[in-house]
Amino acid sequence: MTGAPPATVRGALAALVPIAAVVAFGFVANNYLLQAGTTLAMSVVLCLAWNIVGGYMGYPSFATAALFGLGAYVGAITQNLDAPLALAWLAAAVGGAGFAGPLGSILLRLRGHYFAIGTIAVVEVMREIANNWDGLTGGAVGLNVPIVAGSPRAVGIFFYLAMWTLALIALVVTVVIANSRFGFGLRCIRQNENAASMVGIDVFRLKVGAFVVSGVITALAGAVYASMVAFIEPKDAFNILTSIEVPVMVMLGAAGTVLGPLVGACLYVLLKELVWVNFINFHSAILGIIIIAVIYAVPKGVLRQLHPARWPRLLLPRLRVRGS
Amino acid sequence: MVAQYVANGILIGSLYACLAVGFSLIYGVLNIINVMHGSFVVLGAYITIYFTSSLGFPPLVAALIGCAAMFAFGYLVQRFLINEVVAAPVFITFTLTFGLDLLLNNAMIQAFTATPRSLLLDYGSLDVAGVNLSVARLGAMVLALVLTGVLYALLRHSAMGRAIVAVRMDRHAAALLGIPVPRIYAITFGIGALMAAAAGGAMAVVYPITPMLSGTFLGKSFVICVLGGLGSVPGALIGGIALGLLESFGAVALGSQWSTTVGFALMVAVLLLRPAGLAGRRGFE
Repeated sequence: MTGAPPATVRGALAALVPIAAVVAFGFVANNYLLQAGTTLAMSVVLCLAWNIVGGYMGYPSFATAALFGLGAYVGAITQNLDAPLALAWLAAAVGGAGFAGPLGSILLRLRGHYFAIGTIAVVEVMREIANNWDGLTGGAVGLNVPIVAGSPRAVGIFFYLAMWTLALIALVVTVVIANSRFGFGLRCIRQNENAASMVGIDVFRLKVGAFVVSGVITALAGAVYASMVAFIEPKDAFNILTSIEVPVMVMLGAAGTVLGPLVGACLYVLLKELVWVNFINFHSAILGIIIIAVIYAVPKGVLRQLHPARWPRLLLPRLRVRGS
Repeated sequence: MVAQYVANGILIGSLYACLAVGFSLIYGVLNIINVMHGSFVVLGAYITIYFTSSLGFPPLVAALIGCAAMFAFGYLVQRFLINEVVAAPVFITFTLTFGLDLLLNNAMIQAFTATPRSLLLDYGSLDVAGVNLSVARLGAMVLALVLTGVLYALLRHSAMGRAIVAVRMDRHAAALLGIPVPRIYAITFGIGALMAAAAGGAMAVVYPITPMLSGTFLGKSFVICVLGGLGSVPGALIGGIALGLLESFGAVALGSQWSTTVGFALMVAVLLLRPAGLAGRRGFE
């Protein structure tokens, strides 16, 4: 057995190196970097989840904040019933699926603008419910969540690793979807839904399936976030800016690819930490400028527009980008 | 009491019609959701308030100045920013106007602060069969209805209006007939902004206006547009009055804190059951 190791071994090694680097970073980073790393992980999770519906399937969803907030509240409420952390997160995942299924079967009958606005309406309605249902959610005052025991440093590392584990799961799910019949069906829907239906793809089931997978991952991120910050309130959990930031990050990377959400989230968080924090009053204006810049300069994403020939096919399925 | 609720509902509903008609026009002709619409309303209201309160213009003149300024603003935004991506998929145009709105709204909060401002006009009030109506509010309603009517007449009878309708039906065929499509797009966008400014000026008589309200105005525009059917002036009028009445009675029945939920729930129901709107005939997409 001489010569180069087989492809699978090389693949596993190539995957282990970044994983080891991410874990090691968690233990050596100072508190600020640990915090930034956790934020990055959460962005990566939300981006990968959005990418399934918005990238592969091509539906302009702005429901991220709705599922994120739902997960945060389900997790927090379960934790307040003295449930262990793992059970609370599981409850959030189940809640995410139980909510995304029926919601998807209603909203996914709509297309284009109507779907986009329908998803935004869900975020607004859920925030109003969280604001007004005092008995369950604590209302506009917010909800305290039991703090995880341990030194601040250890807790910080714990959530850093938890968020990155979730990111890894989301990445694996994305790779599996991208290489499956399911993912192929989603890409068909993006290119031409009527034609996909005509050749025998069960379009509706696929769409709802994608919405549920995406919803579960998003809700899990919400639950981990709620446990981490130990306090949630409606305007933070159901923030419409989350719903717009996430698709912009994915678009910056390249929507409908495996690595696009990862790259987009990294660039965006880097940009945010370096430039943005210095202009606290102009937070949303700078986000606006970034959105405009992305749309004019890299509408297909940096992965596609910077030397596309160099990227391997797995990372970048050769698909026509809509509207190009 | 019921008569009073009906009167309030129709009054506010007329303002809603004016609010939504510009949004609906842009949506119908350019196939773009203009997320900035709510901010246009606020900006139009501020211009009207400024010219009335600080410079002492008559309210009507101030409102017309606001309309003219917003027409120019809308025309330029479409011509130089949005026209580049006007034919791109929904997600791109939606996200672009969202980005522009974040910029515009943030700028307004910096320039004017988030303090609510009103156009305080006291012309007394009328008592008709036990229903109390403020004259200033009636004036706002008349302004909103007249402008909506003028827009309807222009779309039907002027050469420019026919060109706009032609572009809406089929922009490729319109281009073949020699209609300058980009110019029509920019004029349509300008008219949309103009109607938003008029609605803003009229709203300022009824409500205190703050940049924080722009999202609310946008949400209402969309609900009305769906209720009445896309891109139709009579549809916006029906949808606006329907929403006005619904809110007037909904606030009594459920409490005003649920108004967003009621409006959006109704919207989703209409989308699923009657995708062309209560009065409309166009399908979705």
